[in-house]
Amino acid sequence: MSIQTCFHCGLTISKNDLLLFDDKEFCCNGCKTVYEIFSSNNLDGYYDFEKAPGATPLDIQGKYDFLDNDNITSKILDFNEEHTAIVSLTIPHIHCSSCIWILENLQKLQSGITLSQVNFPEKKVRINYNSQQTTLKEIVYLLSSIGYEPYISLDNYESGKKSQNRSLIYKLGVAFFCFGNIMLLSFPEYFEVNEYWLDNYKPFFRSLIFLLSLPSLLYSASDYYVSAYKSLKSKILNIDVPIALGIIVMFLRSTFDIIMDYGSGFFDSLTGLIFFMLLGKMFQIKTYSFLSFERDFKSYFPIAITRIRANKEESVPVYDIEKGNRLLIRNQELIPVDGILISENTEIDYSFVTGEAIPISKKSGDKIFAGGKQIGKVIEMEVLHSVSQSYLTQLWGNAVFQKEVEQKYQTLTDKLSHYFTPILLLIAFLGFGFWIFKNVTTAFNVFTAVLIVACPCALALTAPFTFGNILRILGKKQFYLKNALVIEQLAKVDTIVFDKTGTLTSNKKSKISYEGKLLSSLQLQLLKNIVHASNHPINRMLYDFLPESDRISVTSFEEITGKGILATIENIPFKLGSADFVLGIPDSNAIQTTLHIEINNEYYGKYLFKNEYREGLSSLFQQLNKKYNLKVLSGDNEGDKDTLVSIMPSETTFNFHQKPEQKLEFIKKLQEQGHNVMMVGDGLNDAGALAQSNVGIAVSENVNVFSPACDAILDANRLKNLNNFLNLSHKATKIIKMSFVISLLYNVVGLSFALTGNLLPLVAAIIMPLSTITIVSFVTLMSNYYAKANLE
Amino acid sequence: MSVIYLLIAISIVIAIGFFIAFIIAVKSGQYDDDYTPSVRMLFDDELQSTPNKTKQSNQEK
Repeated sequence: MSIQTCFHCGLTISKNDLLLFDDKEFCCNGCKTVYEIFSSNNLDGYYDFEKAPGATPLDIQGKYDFLDNDNITSKILDFNEEHTAIVSLTIPHIHCSSCIWILENLQKLQSGITLSQVNFPEKKVRINYNSQQTTLKEIVYLLSSIGYEPYISLDNYESGKKSQNRSLIYKLGVAFFCFGNIMLLSFPEYFEVNEYWLDNYKPFFRSLIFLLSLPSLLYSASDYYVSAYKSLKSKILNIDVPIALGIIVMFLRSTFDIIMDYGSGFFDSLTGLIFFMLLGKMFQIKTYSFLSFERDFKSYFPIAITRIRANKEESVPVYDIEKGNRLLIRNQELIPVDGILISENTEIDYSFVTGEAIPISKKSGDKIFAGGKQIGKVIEMEVLHSVSQSYLTQLWGNAVFQKEVEQKYQTLTDKLSHYFTPILLLIAFLGFGFWIFKNVTTAFNVFTAVLIVACPCALALTAPFTFGNILRILGKKQFYLKNALVIEQLAKVDTIVFDKTGTLTSNKKSKISYEGKLLSSLQLQLLKNIVHASNHPINRMLYDFLPESDRISVTSFEEITGKGILATIENIPFKLGSADFVLGIPDSNAIQTTLHIEINNEYYGKYLFKNEYREGLSSLFQQLNKKYNLKVLSGDNEGDKDTLVSIMPSETTFNFHQKPEQKLEFIKKLQEQGHNVMMVGDGLNDAGALAQSNVGIAVSENVNVFSPACDAILDANRLKNLNNFLNLSHKATKIIKMSFVISLLYNVVGLSFALTGNLLPLVAAIIMPLSTITIVSFVTLMSNYYAKANLE
Repeated sequence: MSVIYLLIAISIVIAIGFFIAFIIAVKSGQYDDDYTPSVRMLFDDELQSTPNKTKQSNQEK
């Protein structure tokens, strides 16, 4: 029999779990139920677009009870008046056309929903519904029951409706409108042959051109004036200074020309220039809507939590929690505040915070920190600090997160402009000084012509097109950059700091080894069946590690939170768990995670779990070591040091037991020594270091899940290619330098026209687009070539 | 009045018309999501009914 996959979710079905329904195979009841819902509503079409598109619905009993609270729902809703309400929900599972189809047919599944619309790139669905007939809670339950559980976090609570910034599109539209019409209207004059007809209508054409140039000049180009003004104020000459100067001089000279009837002016070049530069700006912006580079703890934290007051449970917004409150945390719920455990014991998974996959067990009276995920039975806890004062969230009080830096560093283009602008002015004045003794009019003409022709349009386009292209290429390789400036920063990096847990190690897989008496194959089979019944991450890992076996039913099974499992199978009692639980002695080796096995009251041995390092690390480090200082920071103990030393080059330095603030300080210190630091991290505990570093890269197993605020998100499988990405960034700056030379050559040609007083509008109208096209095609070809050479 | 004024006026008016159409399109959010509509138009308007489907009870092997 060939391998069977679930008709709904596509997972391989193990033999014993197979469910048949409607001649189709399902892996579990959840998937089958979703199919039943769809087929009974004539929505089978779901399975036509994509093979096995679904997700298994998870148990969400009680998880969304807070949606009964009107205060909370009103914060989530986009719009709510009388009977109509609109809500936008983020659904991480949206991934194919089947998803769009089913989510846009929601009204067939639930009355009251009037319209639902998917925004695929953002993984969002916008639902309009009648609040009399249905509630938000019902909709969320419906979505969850068909495998599309929405992601509602504290972020939804505050932001409300975000308005999109579309001003660049408007500006581009205006610029193109002006440019196109002016081009058409100025065409006759390009072939000026003192014809009666042309002469007759010249003033009309020219005044129309003048009017058409105004919106482009005043609206589309407004960003350049603002930026130039700001840079002059801070006494830096960025590239926008000569651009703004060129634009203004061009406009004044052209207006003067047509008023005095000297010529047709440079309005065509002027609007063309503005249009091309905005196009470059547009191209440089490549957004990955489904990713966010600005997340803080709010994206992780729940919006509401269950509070116990006078023996009654109530849902309260997380911000309303006060010190001394008693909270109820269910299985898989996130702990939003620091507190003390009241229930007997539990296990807390801090993988969100530290990247460490193996949960930590806590006893009654232990302190538990915000950010952990509770695993096990429902627990009660007492609050010690409110949300904003909790250990983890305090990190966001640090200054790094407060300042809004528009542009942290001087770009390559601005550096060049620093020399370009004074030289340009010098040439303009020299030309003016030379001509003024011969002819005053020509002197003014030369002066303005220099500023016009040297307006660094091609120069300003170089970086956007190179970086825009490279941004797209890297995005295809699962290296998502926040913006184009990051590429330049990557090229400047000289020190790379790695976080260990979750970054260098994988938190999905563990290296498992066994020490002790050999287990027979029957015992292994039985063991596999026992751990199958448990949801504990360690048991899941062991389950995946043990060889395939037939299903044998477990007679009795008891999981003791924080300790282990007691089970009987085929009349053989099994006891697995911590050393304390199985042997009755505290664990001698606290550094490693172990699972001890006792069968039939006889101690057999223990399984050892070690972090598994990602593939290709040692070769990556060998490559990186040639050019960079490498450092490793870890929040963990030194248990792994030997393994690390063996894969890292000998120059690498290690720091263990690093708290989030210490990581941040570490980066700061390196920067104070004059280093350009790149931080590669993953968890929330790296958030400070990522923000402080010159380039912060978040490594993520699944880029659709949330990663902390950073400059770039890298798919974990691509970590081994990091060196190639860095090489490409060096090549990008090289390309830019080369094309600077080309565009300067064009400037020399243009200046020779300008200085001899021969710059006709036609010449300007040819040189400007020509240089732009040359530069754009040059950088596109070069960056594609280098990408091929480096990344394949 | 020469015909050129009329022609130019017409051409400018048409251009402005298209420009306004563009602005309206941006405003209504058509440029915010350039992927979903391309998929959406391929869906059938009405759901196909699937008659004669005998529902089997679920069997566990």
